[in-house]
Amino acid sequence: MLKISLDRINELFEAISASQTLYIPTDREDGAAEYRKYESGMKLSNALNTVRSAKDFFFPQTENLVDFKMEGKNIEVIDIRKESEDFVIFGARACDARSFTILDKVFLAEPVDSYYKTRREHGTVVTMACTRPSETCFCGVFGIDATAPEGDAACWSDGESIFFEAHNEKGKKFIDSISSLLEDGDTAKLEETREKTRAILKKLPLAGLSTESFGGERMMEHFNSEKWGELSESCLGCGTCTFVCPTCQCYDIKDFNTGHGIKRFRCWDSCMYSDFTKMAHGNPRLTQLERFRQRFMHKLVYFPANNNGEFGCVGCGRCLSKCPISMNIVKVMKALEVK
Amino acid sequence: MQEAMINRAKQLLADGTVNRVIGWKRGEFVYDVTPAIFETAEELDAEFVYDDFTAANVSKYLVKECKKEGKILAFLKPCDTYSFNQLTKEHRVVRDNVYIIGIPGGPKLDAEKIKAKGITGILGAKNDNGTFVIETLYGEEKMPYYEALSTKCESCKSKKHVVYDELIGDDGEVLESDRFDMVEKLENMSAQERYDFWREQLSKCIRCNACRNVCPACTCEKCVFDNPDSGVENKAPADSFEENMFHIIRAFHVAGRCTDCGECSRVCPQNIPLHLLNRKFIKDINSLYGNYQAGEDTTSRAPLNDYKTDDCEASIVHERGVE
Amino acid sequence: MNNDALIPYIGVVTDIRQDTPDVKTFRVVSPEGGKVFEHMPGQCAMLSIPGVGEGMFSITSSPTNKDFMEFSIKKCGCLTTWLHAMDVGQQITIRGPYGNHFPVETELKGKDLLFIAGGIGLAPLRSVINYVRDNRSDYGDVQIVYGSRSKDDLVDYKEIIDEWMADEGIEVNLTIDNPQEGWDGHVGFVPNYVKELNPSINKTVLICGPPIMIKFTLAGLKELGFTETQVYTTMELRMKCAVGKCGRCNIGSKYVCKDGPVFRFDQLDELPDEY
Repeated sequence: MLKISLDRINELFEAISASQTLYIPTDREDGAAEYRKYESGMKLSNALNTVRSAKDFFFPQTENLVDFKMEGKNIEVIDIRKESEDFVIFGARACDARSFTILDKVFLAEPVDSYYKTRREHGTVVTMACTRPSETCFCGVFGIDATAPEGDAACWSDGESIFFEAHNEKGKKFIDSISSLLEDGDTAKLEETREKTRAILKKLPLAGLSTESFGGERMMEHFNSEKWGELSESCLGCGTCTFVCPTCQCYDIKDFNTGHGIKRFRCWDSCMYSDFTKMAHGNPRLTQLERFRQRFMHKLVYFPANNNGEFGCVGCGRCLSKCPISMNIVKVMKALEVK
Repeated sequence: MQEAMINRAKQLLADGTVNRVIGWKRGEFVYDVTPAIFETAEELDAEFVYDDFTAANVSKYLVKECKKEGKILAFLKPCDTYSFNQLTKEHRVVRDNVYIIGIPGGPKLDAEKIKAKGITGILGAKNDNGTFVIETLYGEEKMPYYEALSTKCESCKSKKHVVYDELIGDDGEVLESDRFDMVEKLENMSAQERYDFWREQLSKCIRCNACRNVCPACTCEKCVFDNPDSGVENKAPADSFEENMFHIIRAFHVAGRCTDCGECSRVCPQNIPLHLLNRKFIKDINSLYGNYQAGEDTTSRAPLNDYKTDDCEASIVHERGVE
Repeated sequence: MNNDALIPYIGVVTDIRQDTPDVKTFRVVSPEGGKVFEHMPGQCAMLSIPGVGEGMFSITSSPTNKDFMEFSIKKCGCLTTWLHAMDVGQQITIRGPYGNHFPVETELKGKDLLFIAGGIGLAPLRSVINYVRDNRSDYGDVQIVYGSRSKDDLVDYKEIIDEWMADEGIEVNLTIDNPQEGWDGHVGFVPNYVKELNPSINKTVLICGPPIMIKFTLAGLKELGFTETQVYTTMELRMKCAVGKCGRCNIGSKYVCKDGPVFRFDQLDELPDEY
């Protein structure tokens, strides 16, 4: 397997970033990790994951969709779209890699979202296998193997070197582009590392979580569950879970008058927000219970109903760490489990 | 403490003083607790928790809860009582519908501070004479206990309960805290340094509104930023400065009403030190109008709603920064 | 790059009719003349005034009309207020057509049809009614029960009187909520009127109106012996993208913008009651 020694990783980053934009997870001064555009000397984070997911790269929090010029009674529509430039996301975890295939099911379904598509086409996802899963991890519950992440190419660390493997043409092209830095390496120690990680994955406190009670077939049973009241009673109605979630993709469209034209924006929205379904003549989800229920029903029931049983959660655990009141999908799944 | 609280709650439920209790419920992990309502002794026994991680201030929930049938028992930490008093003063809670038991406060811990040390896979934790011993998936880890303190508890302003019906444990004193040190440090920066500091911090904002939604001073029925007809409702920042402004505007809005409970910074998923904005206002109000602590009582007039002939002139530009 | 569903076309408003005190009907063509796009009865379009807002509106004209599209719009929010204030010649943006449509070519074909509408609820049904009138031989008897608060609030009143009522084989039953000078027709609410009319239960029903009207009318129809599988309605929820992605109109496993807005009542029964 092709590898590079860990102490040469910045040489690798320099080589990649010489030809295209490279994003890597790096530590902020407050200790949290986030994806940043690589600049010389930037250090790859050792953190398990970033606070914000990697969905931003394909579905940014805010983006300009189209511009308008208004003149008298006339309107000019200005298509401001441009082809994305090539870029590499290095170090995405298995959970985030899976989230892209979930987002694909929404944005690449007809009619294809061209904004998302161009970024998806131009982005190369290089994943990094996990070696230190956290207590909040439960990707295995959704059939994700943290030691064998998806992505265009994947890499593994054995503590000394990083090993590479391509999963498709784009991944091959990526590895070819850095092949001069790579050498053939023995994977014995890597196999050992992977084995250790697999053992940890089995021991994770949430490893036993079951999805069996969920899916499209139990829609009304779960919708009408009496548990929602208790589960949602202390929900603040904020958007933290939604915005750190790698698969949440609801959005709003807004116009902004710059004074010399109108910009139409798309931005992340949250079904947890009180105005999400508000219309001029009323709101079908008046209480936080209904809004809270929507978010979890969508991930556990509605999404699988429309996507051959695939759930809208990848078990990354971000909502577990970040919800201000520690309410999350794991607690919902446990409460709604049909025994 | 937890046991004494459960026992007293059970008594008050049994004798009909209250029909429910607001407290905290145990979650999946040692650090993970959720504010919750308990209606029976069985629920209290099974799930009620009060420990190092019960940092959440439950005062704001009482705005909604006190409108329901019957009296509710609330366990309030000293800092939480300031929030409650302020809500009483603003007529947002009905004092008579809440039975308050004052409980000793923190310091409370923040799991994020542990994780920031690179300690992951947390399965258990205990304080061993100032050393925090953490059991993890990867073996035992140790760190100084005080380094796991929640930011809001790092510079505690008061151990005194300003409102209660009864106390469990002793009441404390208002403390001399160093809570304005960082504000002073920021004031002493050059304008550019200060600007860079806040741009760096506030640019991390993901506009999740957790700070606003948890804030006991933010109890508008309908926030202007949630009102599509307000013209400023915005989830899409039109430019990168907008969410910066959101926090500054919010700080203005709660000026003189913020009790410095620290919940905004505690819940921020991006670790933005939002409390520093509020502390700046508190510090300015103290120096311009004399010391004032929001929530200290329910009757005094707040400096910003009170006119006195010797108030400082609105046009006076206070000395700010070194430039 | 291919055109994106979110990038709209330009439409020109060539005619504005004041239908009722708060409903206007707008005629829209493309700047080059002719329709901006083709549609089926029951489908919708997103109309927008950039800087003001964008909203989903039912296309009220029939696809058989080859020259223009029409939208009957009630003034109730920011965007609709703006639309009501504009003059002929104004350009708007338009994208669509969105959603499914009434099954005029399949399930409705050859059937006796009963249209029931309340207030602005006539707007989406008008497209079907005129489609049926223009393909008269494909359908059986047509009965229209339409009610509003007052005579002045009956949308498309002139077209109803001059065209629909003049057609062979179309029975039009109008009603208003309260007695009014100059009205010698039926007075009373739609649900009761439908029961009084006692329509034959082999009819297929298309209903649209305020939720409360739909609720009671449906109950009345069931009493008369109708089943949910023969009643269609069209729904309205807040929408932003109109292409099943933004998540706003998601109810259960359905997206109203894509899987609806037309539903049969037995289909709605299988969904959470969040509309």
